[in-house]
Amino acid sequence: MWNFPLVPPTAAEEALHISWLYWVITGMAIFFVVAVCAAALVLVVRYRASNENVNRDNPPESDMRLEMTWTLMPLVLALVIFFWAAKLYADIYTPRDDALEIIAIGKQWMWHVQHSNGVRENNELHIPVGRPIKVTVISQDVIHAFSLPAFRVKRDAVPGRYNSMVFTPTKTGKFHLLCTEYCGTKHSEMIGSVYVMEPDDYQKWLESGGKGTDSSSAPMSLEDQGKQIFTQLGCNTCHGAAGAAVRCPPLEGIYEKPIELANGQKVIADAEYMRESILNPAAKIVKGYDNLMPAYQGVASEDQIIKIIAYIKSLKDAKPAEASK
Amino acid sequence: MSAAENQMETQAHHEKVNYINVRTTLLSWLVTLDHKRIGILYLLTVSFFFLIGGLAASLVRMELVSPKGDLLESDTYNKMFTTHGVMMIFFFLIPSIPAVFGNFLLPLMIGARDVAFPRLNLLSWYMVAGGGLLALAALIMGGVDTGWTFYTPYSSSFAKTQVALTVVGIFIAGFGSIFTGINFLVTIHKMRAPGMTWFRLPLFVWAMYATSLIMVLGTPVVAITLLLVAVERLLGLGIFDPARGGDPILFQHLFWFYSHPAVYIMILPSMGVVSEVISAFSKRRIFAYHFVAFSSLAIAIIGFLVWGHHMFSTGQSMYLGVVFSFITFLVAVPSAIKVFNWLTTLYKGRIELTAPMMYGLGFIGLFTIGGVTGLHLAAMATNVHLTDTYFVVAHFHYVMVGGAIMGYMAALHFWWPKMTGRMYPESWAKLSAMIIFIGFNVTFMPQFILGYMGMPRRYHSYNEEWQVLNVLSTAGSSVMGLGYILPLGYLLWSLKYGKIAPQNPWNARGLEWEIVDAIPHPHNFETIPIVTQEAYDYEHWHPNKPAQQPVIVGGGKS
Repeated sequence: MWNFPLVPPTAAEEALHISWLYWVITGMAIFFVVAVCAAALVLVVRYRASNENVNRDNPPESDMRLEMTWTLMPLVLALVIFFWAAKLYADIYTPRDDALEIIAIGKQWMWHVQHSNGVRENNELHIPVGRPIKVTVISQDVIHAFSLPAFRVKRDAVPGRYNSMVFTPTKTGKFHLLCTEYCGTKHSEMIGSVYVMEPDDYQKWLESGGKGTDSSSAPMSLEDQGKQIFTQLGCNTCHGAAGAAVRCPPLEGIYEKPIELANGQKVIADAEYMRESILNPAAKIVKGYDNLMPAYQGVASEDQIIKIIAYIKSLKDAKPAEASK
Repeated sequence: MSAAENQMETQAHHEKVNYINVRTTLLSWLVTLDHKRIGILYLLTVSFFFLIGGLAASLVRMELVSPKGDLLESDTYNKMFTTHGVMMIFFFLIPSIPAVFGNFLLPLMIGARDVAFPRLNLLSWYMVAGGGLLALAALIMGGVDTGWTFYTPYSSSFAKTQVALTVVGIFIAGFGSIFTGINFLVTIHKMRAPGMTWFRLPLFVWAMYATSLIMVLGTPVVAITLLLVAVERLLGLGIFDPARGGDPILFQHLFWFYSHPAVYIMILPSMGVVSEVISAFSKRRIFAYHFVAFSSLAIAIIGFLVWGHHMFSTGQSMYLGVVFSFITFLVAVPSAIKVFNWLTTLYKGRIELTAPMMYGLGFIGLFTIGGVTGLHLAAMATNVHLTDTYFVVAHFHYVMVGGAIMGYMAALHFWWPKMTGRMYPESWAKLSAMIIFIGFNVTFMPQFILGYMGMPRRYHSYNEEWQVLNVLSTAGSSVMGLGYILPLGYLLWSLKYGKIAPQNPWNARGLEWEIVDAIPHPHNFETIPIVTQEAYDYEHWHPNKPAQQPVIVGGGKS
């Protein structure tokens, strides 16, 4: 009963930086509150109506120097905090190439986590210590938020949008995973655990297909699963079929490259763009092609889309000619 | 028109005609155009909604005594915190000070016989009360579980509760609020008594002016936004739901465009009240009047440009976020200016620690805590960790309850004699002020710690290591609840047994104290006063010796 924590664990590099910022602001906050309350207390006691032994002559009406002091002083302090906090914010929300990529899909009411080699887990997240982790979140129904208090990071899982965040765990152990955006009946049960493991242990865990999976049947990687879905949904009948390049743009070598649209606009063919082009192809037609592709809204699930995108990503360095034999 | 025509059922000590005894039928109240009576109607209305919101809050706190969700079903719990939020924000806090005290006092303070549009004023009350009853009907018909923020697509496509009825209620009340804002703006511009220049206005009037600006400019946006949620629900149009081609983040932009300034609708009037109360009980002109007045306007204007700080983790552009964070830090400055100027007003004052003054000083302390914890949330990196946790809950309760409701209680006690003609029992009032102050801190201080540990808001069940602080918080809320029940008792008691109030029980400055009768006449002023001095002229004030009349009466026609 009496052994209860007052601060969360600090288990990531970013958590350490953000904690410092938190305590500096808190220190300033306490200073101001104590100063204001102490001043009020002293003044109220000293100038109480019953106290006649106090000089009340010439009470000041206004004082420009005083006003400037308490206008500029909070302003300068605020600016310092502003820049510091904006820098740390950019650190956690700017994607990094060296990060281990993990995708989390939120749905009422569970977290579905997808590792790049195909291992999947629900309401759990296994990650290695000591290297940057990039978690990309999306929702397939309402807005959720993927919150990891021990790492001081969270990101909203918004339907129709890939959001990501980066953090570098520094401690092994078990930590909370929470949903922090109200999402309906079982919002408070949409919780789980993060397991930070030694890199070797993580590797073993990954190769065994994750906890609870038969170790003999290592899962198919995300891109291979994507390739399968690509066939299941019939994508391959146009994209990649012989001579198809006439009807539809090639998917090889386009991942995260600029492409030109029919309206002359240039966009980067990133995951967000591909997701939209699968669900609602008419929204952005590539220059030189007709609006032929059927919409996959309601056909392809968020999970399948992520895998198809992983597959397209694997074609990043392939040549269009090879694929359309 | 003339008082002589009315049947006068005056008691022995109420010989003069006043706005209460001029007519006594229920119908005379329901069709009244008198701003003071409309203020009283609002007082009864918002007190009722406060009671409903408070009951919902106590159920929420009782559920959170144990980490397992074992008192209420999770759906019931979700409906309770939504009821608490909707009732308290839309039907108590937003109308509270502007509609009750703004209505009652504005014409008295500026020397007018009524507001500019008395019929519109009555219509506003019917809209707020009617909107509130619709929301209440939604509650009785099964409730609503979206949270007061109505985030899409949950509210528009997924929730199976009475969302449409509730948002229609808020829409209607919202237009009541717009009408009140227009009414006040026109009243302040056009109906000031001769000589009541802008810089002779009491600071409460400045605060009302700033508040009305926000009401008029902001409320239409949230009203239409919520109506669009209802349209998406009922007609299936794709506006906010991405599955129908909408954008859920658009909703958040539109919602917070109003709902952040709405915080200033709640806090600015309280700041106005505190300026009046601190000045009256220090017997001192408010320090740096111009700075206090213009900081209200600065808060109202800058407050319109900070809404994106509610959305740092949603995936809005980083550049956009940086701008919002920067402007949010700027809004801290005028708030700090106010606090420092109130403190300096105490210096060399003659301070009487009455109940309204205790609430006023309580406001300064609690609002300061609410303000400085706003820094944690304006700072982008700490915001990401703290957003949607109990830290935010604690922060905005310090601003809205510690700030806005402390100001409301200060106003209620300060102007109670003017509204009812009776004094409230001072020692009971001081006791309840102390109880509320202590109970409030015990309730919400632990929530800062819970939030930093990561406890999310709107959780029906939670991790066991958070229990001790939650029990503490619930214990505090019971104490606070007692503190709010006491005034309900002694204020009602005072209506019959309280001491008869003199015209100016506090020896305060201002037309409403110095010119207006103990209980105001239906037309406020026998003749419209001509104002010759600024507000807060306490220079020649001495105890036991009322100052010379600062205002020359006469000239106007009756």
